[in-house]
Amino acid sequence: MTGHIPLSWFLTLSAVLFSLGVAGFIFRRNIITMFMSIELILNAVNLSFITFAYQRQQVAGHLFAFFVMVVAAAEAAVGLAIILTVFKNRGTLNIDDMDSMKN
Amino acid sequence: MDVIIFLVFALIAVVAAINVVVQRHPISSAISLVAVMGSLAVLYLLLGAEFIAAAQVIVYAGAIMVLFVFVIMLLNAGGETKAGRSITASLLGVPVLVALLALLAFFTARIYPPDTEVRFGGFRGGTAAAVGRALFTTYLLPFEITSILILIAIVGAIVLARKELE
Amino acid sequence: MDSFIVISLIKIFVVFGALMTILAYLQWVERKVIAHIQVRPGPYRVGPHGLLQPLADVIKLITKEDLVPPYVNKPLYLAAPFLAITTALLSISVIPFGPAIQVAGYPTYMQLTDLNFGVLFVLGVSSIGVYGIALAGWSSNNKYALLGGLRSSAQMISYELPLSLAIAAPLLISNTLSLRKLVDSQYGWLWNWNLFHGFQYVSFIVFLIAAFAETNRVPFDLPEAENELVAGFHTEYSSMKFASFFMAEYANMITVSCMATLLFLGGWVAPWPAAYGSGYVPVAVFAAAGLVALFHGLHPARKRDRYSFPVVGVVFLIVAAVFLVPLTQNILLPLFWFCAKTGAILFLYIWVRGTLPRFRYDQLMGFAWKFLFPIAMLNLLATGLVIAAF
Repeated sequence: MTGHIPLSWFLTLSAVLFSLGVAGFIFRRNIITMFMSIELILNAVNLSFITFAYQRQQVAGHLFAFFVMVVAAAEAAVGLAIILTVFKNRGTLNIDDMDSMKN
Repeated sequence: MDVIIFLVFALIAVVAAINVVVQRHPISSAISLVAVMGSLAVLYLLLGAEFIAAAQVIVYAGAIMVLFVFVIMLLNAGGETKAGRSITASLLGVPVLVALLALLAFFTARIYPPDTEVRFGGFRGGTAAAVGRALFTTYLLPFEITSILILIAIVGAIVLARKELE
Repeated sequence: MDSFIVISLIKIFVVFGALMTILAYLQWVERKVIAHIQVRPGPYRVGPHGLLQPLADVIKLITKEDLVPPYVNKPLYLAAPFLAITTALLSISVIPFGPAIQVAGYPTYMQLTDLNFGVLFVLGVSSIGVYGIALAGWSSNNKYALLGGLRSSAQMISYELPLSLAIAAPLLISNTLSLRKLVDSQYGWLWNWNLFHGFQYVSFIVFLIAAFAETNRVPFDLPEAENELVAGFHTEYSSMKFASFFMAEYANMITVSCMATLLFLGGWVAPWPAAYGSGYVPVAVFAAAGLVALFHGLHPARKRDRYSFPVVGVVFLIVAAVFLVPLTQNILLPLFWFCAKTGAILFLYIWVRGTLPRFRYDQLMGFAWKFLFPIAMLNLLATGLVIAAF
């Protein structure tokens, strides 16, 4: 009863999630939502890595996905700390209001 | 059977991802992102990546997203206010996005010949033993570097978020 | 394929039914034990010795008014107890209760499913359980609930670290992540258990302390204590939703006790092999209990005990006789040992609740990060060094 799933479906899903993440990053103005769109992009890339690991029957893709996860964790920790500090100083999470370096 | 599982969880992932982008309040986006990560973990299981699926749930959905949820709850900044939008942007935006995605999907599907197919159990090398062996032999240097990276992140987060001492 | 589905469905119903009954009666056991620690009788009016008290509680909780306050965030408010109870019950699905058995000719395991990464599954599911509490606190739109929810979630994720490190040490010894193979690696005599054979005493204690904190039990129950924080994150919940949180806490307790049994105490393996007569221990235990009950029935302390104690005594003697029947022995004996060990750890949980005062929140968090986490790491390091050296 096990059907077969074409490999390209997984890659298509990864591409769709990637585009949704990019769309979220470009169109949203709340900085935390933009950060979450970045995490969505990283997840889509992880799916690609695991799919290619299946295609080549090697475990290296899993290792790459693991390192992506680790780097995402470190980035989330530091990024959220920066967001907390920015919120303390400016009182807003809207990225259009953080333009003090604009000429 | 595998096809049904894939379709169900891929649909959940896409709907939740759309929800992440569309929702007004960041906490609804965060919960939808947890749903995306959960359904991606099931898809990893289909692809034979059992250790990465467990790591995805434990680390990504269970720790990183909890961090996001904490920060959103602590900041309590409320949802985004609706800024002035032009009618053309909202009318053209979604159809153009869908067209772009369809083009992307078409070209992605065309690259791969139809005989590469995924079956549950088709790849058995994703166990914790295999990943651990590769992690500690071939990829030992990146492993040690990421441990230093995490240390840097811990120190950075603590320094950035602490109260200023007088 | 069909028989697999049918047997799985039967197992699911049996495990679910048994779990729900055990959850209800675990609460009765807790109230009785704490009452006896505090030298008072505990529930004894509803039914003989209060045995129908859980039924009364269930009826009370179901028929209470199911109030949804108007100022809550409805989707999250309704989803939070659902998430809590689902993740709590999901982790029972990988716990093995016994060896491979034959059900009406079909071979099957006494386990709902044997995952290759069973330990990681339980850890992952308990990580998702944090969301139930955090969302409950947030959606209630109430400062006490939010504080309680945030404190409780921060406590749970802080203690997940020593818990995972304490789990990793016996995994190094048993060399597997599958819960069934974990028990198989501890087969044999009492000293084959991971606690004794691998000298995992420190891991066991760290695991138990971290487990107390993960399940929000005394002495770590500040976020939900009634006299501290107006009942914490479940302030705004009533009737069945409150009951869900309650059941989720007890189910988490059972899961963690089962994990401690599997990791450290050898699961369903008897302390000495059945060839040397360990099959007669349950018979002896139940027969002794039955005889004691019958003896007290002859000289009852209260008038109604004249009827209840002999009945209890006869029931225990019947159970002892059932253990003598060789037909079901290979199902009942491992189940007896598993339940005995898990029951001992649950008794420890209840004993600690009746004895210790609770920690203040900063003491609790400081204990996790400054004491328990370094000890768990040093223990893992020491275990790894010993395994590498020998």
